[in-house]
Amino acid sequence: MIKETRIVLKNIGKINPESIDDYIAAGGYKGLRKALSMDPLSIIDEMTEAGLRGRGGAGFSTGMKKKFTSQGCLECPQRYVVVNADEGEPGTFKDRVIMEQDPHLYIEGTIIAGYSIQATKGFIYIRAEYYASIDKTRKAIKAAYEKGFLGSNILGSGFDFDLEIKLGAGSYLCGEELTMLESLEGKRGNPRIKPPFPAEKGVFGMPTLVNNVETLANVPHIVLNGKDWYRQFGTERSPGTKVFTISGQVRLPGHYEIGLGVTLRQLIDDLAGGMLPGKTFKAALLGGAAGTFVDASMLDEKMTYDNLREKGATLGSGAVIVLAEGDSVYDVLLNCLRFFRHESCGKCVPCRVGTSLLVRETENLKNVAAGKALLDRMVRESEIMAATSLCPLGQSPILPLESAARYFESELVSG
Amino acid sequence: MSTQNILEKHAPERHNILMILHDLQDHHPQNYLTEEALEATARYLKLTKASVYGVAGYYTMFSLKPRGRHIIRVCVSAVCELKKSESVIAHLESTLGIKTGQTTPCGLFTLELSECIGQCHEAPSMMIGQAVYNNLDAERIREVIESIRNQG
Ligand SMILES: Cc1cc2nc3c(=O)[nH]c(=O)nc-3n(C[C@H](O)[C@H](O)[C@H](O)COP(=O)(O)O)c2cc1C
Ligand code: SF4
Ligand code: FES
Repeated sequence: MIKETRIVLKNIGKINPESIDDYIAAGGYKGLRKALSMDPLSIIDEMTEAGLRGRGGAGFSTGMKKKFTSQGCLECPQRYVVVNADEGEPGTFKDRVIMEQDPHLYIEGTIIAGYSIQATKGFIYIRAEYYASIDKTRKAIKAAYEKGFLGSNILGSGFDFDLEIKLGAGSYLCGEELTMLESLEGKRGNPRIKPPFPAEKGVFGMPTLVNNVETLANVPHIVLNGKDWYRQFGTERSPGTKVFTISGQVRLPGHYEIGLGVTLRQLIDDLAGGMLPGKTFKAALLGGAAGTFVDASMLDEKMTYDNLREKGATLGSGAVIVLAEGDSVYDVLLNCLRFFRHESCGKCVPCRVGTSLLVRETENLKNVAAGKALLDRMVRESEIMAATSLCPLGQSPILPLESAARYFESELVSG
Repeated sequence: MSTQNILEKHAPERHNILMILHDLQDHHPQNYLTEEALEATARYLKLTKASVYGVAGYYTMFSLKPRGRHIIRVCVSAVCELKKSESVIAHLESTLGIKTGQTTPCGLFTLELSECIGQCHEAPSMMIGQAVYNNLDAERIREVIESIRNQG
């Protein structure tokens, strides 16, 4: 029987999120104090060696990203940090929990990240539907200014950093980092072409570090306790803990933090209380709509970035949507494909046409005799979309589609 | 608050446009962006009308048509669908006497759909204005709608 290991969720339910004094009494802003006494480069090295990987879904090394950003466009007068708080992947609500219940933690992480790349300004891009997150973050920023953790000459260090909230307006695509930069500049959420990467040319053309809320919430702990401490959690290549959000047919759906390398079975049985009475596990959708289905054969695989990738699955945002016998994988797949059709910005043909086509074909799957041939064609079409679309949204439908076809072909084609 | 007063809460810079549009929409009793509001925004930010309309039209949370005082957003993403968001919609439609996308004749409610609102652990879920309602069933839906109706 495993138990949770809480690092970023350590204060959840234990402190009043509207009280900065509570946060400080729980050890808050000590990481910032320590960071400000360190050489910025050594903070970046610490992150790299701790092995922290982006918790927004892609799992890229946080230290490397910081390094690139700190070295990007040296003649640029300004650097920015952008906090990705646009959480919109279906099944995911981990950032909301942090923002609503311990907002100072990720704000502290953001200030440290800003110092490490020598940025002087940060934006928190929060989806506008997250009213409680916005409210708690707004109050926390105000309190942090009053205590001198934000503003000019922070804690007498000579470092200046301002932080501002920006709201989204209902676009999932704006969670994609380059699209987010467009939206931050006040434009329609059409993606940018990479390269240049944000580290070189981000918001307002300046080098920009884009990090997820949960990623940043790890930063104060790593600065304070060091890389060796951090590496005791998780695995060699996926160190640390991850917040999983488990939903669907389990007894105790919710948010759970545990070292990477946990198995799906442990998540469901030990943390989420097992399946609902009378229900048997059938499938899980890992990582939300831009995620992959797995069946019972994957229950004992280690949930790490690399192991899941090798097995054709994703960890993604940490969403785990659990389906039981009797639930329809077909319906969930169709729901995901409709989601992409709805969220496609329509700028490039393969995705605009492809997302609509896949929905129509899926709706048809059950009516045609040659279901298998149609399903194969859909997988090929999604491959073409992945190869030719402008941005990662068009590269996403293949994930749930191909994995559903792999594990549940007979259900998908047999009506 | 007048349109001008709302505009002046924000610096006249393009990157504030979403904040401005939210603010204007939230202050309108019918929860939408009027032509006058969009034109004033264009003047304030020194942008063309077309580019302001372009931004307002892109984002699903903005409406260019009048809506009810309370916007109901029912989540129809994967987990909520699994937990029967369909019947949530059906109950709302029959309680309110309107179809999805419509506004009640009294002008109190508009019924809309939404993608995941991050409440999946207590699905099915919806928002009404800024408030979140989870674990919805027929009973709970009736209660919630009634209590808002009584407040007017
Ligand atoms: C369509 C799309 C939506 C995304 N939505 C989010 C999101 O809501 N939150 C997030 O942190 N990352 C999201 N991402 C990933 C970001 O592009 C980016 O990888 C992340 O912000 C990097 O931060 P990290 O390195 O700390 O994970 C999304 C990506 C795509 C393609
Ligand atoms: S892939 Fe889709 S979302 Fe991305 S730019 Fe093309 S149409 Fe827009
Ligand atoms: S799927 Fe409905 S709240 Fe997440």
